[in-house]
Amino acid sequence: MTLRVLAAMSGGVDSAVAAARAAEAGHEVTGVHLALSSNPQSYRTGARGCCTLEDARDARRAADVIGIPFYVWDMAERFDRDVVQDFVAEYAAGRTPNPCLRCNEKIKFQALLDKALALGFDAVCTGHHARLADGVLRRSVDLGKDQSYVLAVCTREQLAHAMFPLGDTTKADVRREAERRGLAVADKPDSHDICFIADGDTQRFLADRIGAEKGPIVDTSGEVLGEHDGAYAYTIGQRKGLRLGRPASDGRPRYVLDISPVTNTVTVGPREALDVQEIHGERPVWLAEPPAAPRDCQVQLRAHGEVYDCTATPDGDVLRISLRTPARGVAKGQAAVLYDGDRVLGSATIAATFSAASAVRAGA
Amino acid sequence: MVYLDHAATTPMLPEAVEAMTAELARIGNPSSLHASGRRARRVVEESREVIAESLGARPSEVVFTSGGTEADNLALKGIFWTRRSAAPARTRVLVSAIEHHAVLDSAQWLAGHEGATVEHLPVDADGRVRPDTLRAAIDRDPGTVAVVSVMWANNEIGTVQPIAELAAIAREHGIPFHTDAVQAVAQLPVTFATDAMTVTGHKIGGPVGAGALLLAKGLDPVPVLHGGGQERDVRSGTLDAAAIAGLAAAMRLAVSRRAAEAERLARLRDDLIARVRQAVPDVVLNGDPDDRLPGNAHLSFPGCEGDALLMLLDAREVECSTGSACSAGVAEPSHVLLAMGADLPRARGSLRFSLGHTSTQADVDAVVEAIAPVVERARRAGAA
Repeated sequence: MTLRVLAAMSGGVDSAVAAARAAEAGHEVTGVHLALSSNPQSYRTGARGCCTLEDARDARRAADVIGIPFYVWDMAERFDRDVVQDFVAEYAAGRTPNPCLRCNEKIKFQALLDKALALGFDAVCTGHHARLADGVLRRSVDLGKDQSYVLAVCTREQLAHAMFPLGDTTKADVRREAERRGLAVADKPDSHDICFIADGDTQRFLADRIGAEKGPIVDTSGEVLGEHDGAYAYTIGQRKGLRLGRPASDGRPRYVLDISPVTNTVTVGPREALDVQEIHGERPVWLAEPPAAPRDCQVQLRAHGEVYDCTATPDGDVLRISLRTPARGVAKGQAAVLYDGDRVLGSATIAATFSAASAVRAGA
Repeated sequence: MVYLDHAATTPMLPEAVEAMTAELARIGNPSSLHASGRRARRVVEESREVIAESLGARPSEVVFTSGGTEADNLALKGIFWTRRSAAPARTRVLVSAIEHHAVLDSAQWLAGHEGATVEHLPVDADGRVRPDTLRAAIDRDPGTVAVVSVMWANNEIGTVQPIAELAAIAREHGIPFHTDAVQAVAQLPVTFATDAMTVTGHKIGGPVGAGALLLAKGLDPVPVLHGGGQERDVRSGTLDAAAIAGLAAAMRLAVSRRAAEAERLARLRDDLIARVRQAVPDVVLNGDPDDRLPGNAHLSFPGCEGDALLMLLDAREVECSTGSACSAGVAEPSHVLLAMGADLPRARGSLRFSLGHTSTQADVDAVVEAIAPVVERARRAGAA
C-alpha cells in the first residue's frame, strides 16, 4: 500500500537512508527538517548538534539526491517549551531527564505527527534504530545502536503512525548503503551529545539557567562533609569531583546517593547504598496489554544501560518494578523501559527508588 | 507544472537564449584591442544602446553588473561614499521599510561599518511610501542626507510606488535618488528619470547573472569592485558579452511587448483573485488593489501557515512562493507585511502568485481548482 509519508530528516546519515528506503518502497515521501533552534549556528562549534544551518543543508542535499520534496519546518518554540525548558525544570527539581526521549514524545511523534496527519500524511518516518511491525516495537538488530529505549515513551496511537525503516540493519550497513546511494552524509559522524547544548557543557548550560547556589554535601546521618556549587551539577552514582574536605571514617570512596533541590543538599554515602531493589514508576505507557497480575520481564533504566530481570506490577497510576538483582545508580526522571526479550512492553518515568533494606520495609 | 513564481525568476525568452548562446560560442574580451576584442565590444555596446533606448536613458548611463543585488550594493554604498567624501555631514541613508534585502542590508552595512544613519521610510497599509513621508524625512535636515532609495514596485506585494513624485522631492534638495526597478521593467512603463536605477535580466526573460545600474551623468559612485577599470571605472570585471547580449535581447522584447502583456497579465491576475475569493471568501489581498504589478497576486489566508499552503500546492504541482526571506530555510514573517501593519498570522499565512510571459488561463484555473481543499487542509494543520 502506498502511504503518504513525512520523513523527518536531521541532516544525518540514518534519517537520510530511512527516507530513501521509504521512497524506494513506493511510498510518496516528503522530507522535512525541523528547525529546533530559533538562533541556529552557522558552523559547528565542536560538538555535533541537530539544529545547525549545515545540518539543514545536508538534509536538503540528501532529499535532492533521493528525489523527494523537502521543507524546513520551524518547531523552535515547541522544542524550547517541551524539551529545553522541561530539561531545565527537571534538573531544577532534582531529576535527571532524557531530552531525546522527551523530543520523541512531544516533538517528533506529537507536534510533528499531528501537523503531518492534519496535512494529509499517513505516517512519520525517522532514522531511529528500532523495529516496528504490527504495533510491536523491538530492539534494533544492532544492539549497540538500538534506540527502542528512547521510543518507548510513545503511545500505541503515536506508533501506529510511525515508520522506522532501519531496525533490521546495522549502523555499518546503513553507512554502506548511504555510500551506495550517493548520499554525501555517509561518513558524517554520529551525534552523541544533547543537540541543544552545542559545546557539550551541560553543567554550564544549567548553571546559566538555574543559577549556581552553593549548598551542603552531607552523609546519610546528615553530617556536613563539604560544599557544592549547585545541586543539579551532580548525578546519582557520581563519585568523581565531589571535592569532599575529609575522607570517610571507613576510608572508602563515597558516591552521590540523593539530590534534594528543595534543601539544595547533595547526600553521599558508600557504594552499596546506591543499590536499588525496587523502583516506582509514574505515567506508565503500555505498548503491550497492561498486565493484570505481576509480570516477569526485563527492565532497562537508562539509554544504553544494563538490562535487569524484574517483576513488574501495575498498581493504579504507579508501576512497581522489583529487581531480581540490585541496580546501581538509578536516577529519578529517567525512563524504566520494560522488555520481554527484544520486545518493548511499556515504560514509566522513575519517580522513586528503594534500597534492599527499605524494599523489605516497604514489603513488611 | 503550473509555474506562478515569475517574480523569483522567469523563463528566458527564446530570442534571448539564441542571442546568448550564439555569443557563448565566440571568442573575445570586449576590452581587448584586437579584432576578436573589437567584435565582442561591438556586441556589448550595441546591447548597451538597446537597453538605454528601451529605458529612455543614454548609452553612457548604463553600467553593466552581475545583476540586481550588485547594482543595489553599488548604488547604496558607492553613492554614499561619494556624497560623504564631498561633505562629511551627509551620513543619512533614507530607504523604504519594504525594500529588497539587497538595499536594506547594504544600508544596514553602511550603518554598521561606515557610520551611516539609516532611516526606514514607513509605508501605508497598502505598502506605499507617501511623498509627504519622504519630504518630512528630508526636511528634518536636508544637508545630511547622502542618498534615498525607494523601489519602483515591491517584489512581494506588488505595490507601485509614486517614483516620479518621490524623485522630484529628492531633486529639490539635490539628493541622489535610487530606485530598484527589477520587478517593474517588463510590467510597467519604466523610464529612467531618477539618478540611479537597478534592472536585471532574469526577471524579464533574460539570463541570471546580467543586470545593470543606470547612473545619471555626473553621478560617479565609488566602486565596490576594483580592478581593470571597465564600465567607466565604476564597475571593474571582464564584461560578460554573452549574458549582456541575452539581457539586451530580452529587454528589447519585454519593453516592446509590455503594454499588451501587462493588460493580458492583469486580466489573468484579476481572474485569479476573484475566483480564489469565491473559493475562500475570507482571503485578504495584500498591497494596493489597483496600483500594483499586473502579474502580482499576494494573498493572506486566515488560519493558515504559508509554509503549509506552499507545500500542499507544490504536491499538486502548483508552484508559488511565500515571498519571504529565509534563514536556515525557516520562513521569517515578511518585513514587508509587518511594515504595512499586518499582524503575525496574516504575515505568516500569505502566498505570492506571480504571473509572467508563459502564464496562461490554464495556470489560473489550476490554482482556483486546488485552493479550497488546500486551504482547508492547511487550516486543520494550523489548528493542530
